[in-house]
Amino acid sequence: MLQIGLPHYLTVAAILFTLGILGIFLNRKNVIIILMSIELMLLAVNINFVAFSAYLHDLAGQVFAMFVLTVAAAEAAIGLAILVVYFRNRGTIAVEDINLMKG
Amino acid sequence: MIIQALAFYVFAAVAVAAGVMVISQRNPVHSVLFLILAFFNAAALFVLMGAEFLAMILVVVYVGAVAVLFLFVVMMLDINFVELRQGFLQYLPIGALIGLILLVELIMVFGAWIVAPGAGQFAQVRMPEPSEVTNTHALGAVLYTQYVYLFQAAGLILLVAMIGAIVLTLRQREGVKRQSIPIQNARRRDEAVKVVKVSTRGGV
Repeated sequence: MLQIGLPHYLTVAAILFTLGILGIFLNRKNVIIILMSIELMLLAVNINFVAFSAYLHDLAGQVFAMFVLTVAAAEAAIGLAILVVYFRNRGTIAVEDINLMKG
Repeated sequence: MIIQALAFYVFAAVAVAAGVMVISQRNPVHSVLFLILAFFNAAALFVLMGAEFLAMILVVVYVGAVAVLFLFVVMMLDINFVELRQGFLQYLPIGALIGLILLVELIMVFGAWIVAPGAGQFAQVRMPEPSEVTNTHALGAVLYTQYVYLFQAAGLILLVAMIGAIVLTLRQREGVKRQSIPIQNARRRDEAVKVVKVSTRGGV
């Protein structure tokens, strides 16, 4: 219990990942909260990477976590840009109204 | 040892609590602020794991850039967020069920799973002793040699994201007066000023 090891960090990451998924399900109308939930899930993935990296004494996990961070930042920027453009055109960001590409 | 355990439990508990608040807040601005809190505590967990550089990067990139971006967008959009929250309770049972199943599965996987005894010797990049080389130094020594192509690719991804975001959000508005340097430079004297002979007491 007092010896903090790999399983503790993995459990925290699992809880955060589940919270991210739960957030997507609960806030199905609000794109901003969905994007935040995705960020939360990516954070959980990063915790997993770093935990295994520390456990196995392998730096590759931390390098990969950095690339995950890069992609997460790019994804947030593009997602929010799309959101702003969509709001400018339609005046709403409700997920249910986003069906323009259905043809 | 006991201080490390205590710190882990405090940071983990605050991170999880902040995660809960992110998805359950009524106001998205509060959600963003709790997201920042979650990132800070995750950074503290990284420090506990010995990944100091990633912890600082997490604070700089996420708190400094991504979360502020979220704040800007939330405040820029004029949306009735109460309307968007309708159906929250309607989705709660199914969401909670799926979340619970996933959590149980993940914890079962972690509980029943053990690392192969010799797994450590297949390390791609062996981590040097923390007493000899700092984490940042070790990471940099690997990142700019072994992973230099991936590093460049990450830079390209950021460049594409930047250009994409600018192209998406830039718009030419009608009816806005802008300064145009070429037109200004192309003006000649005879089309700008003219000499008018004003007769005395006659006015223009």
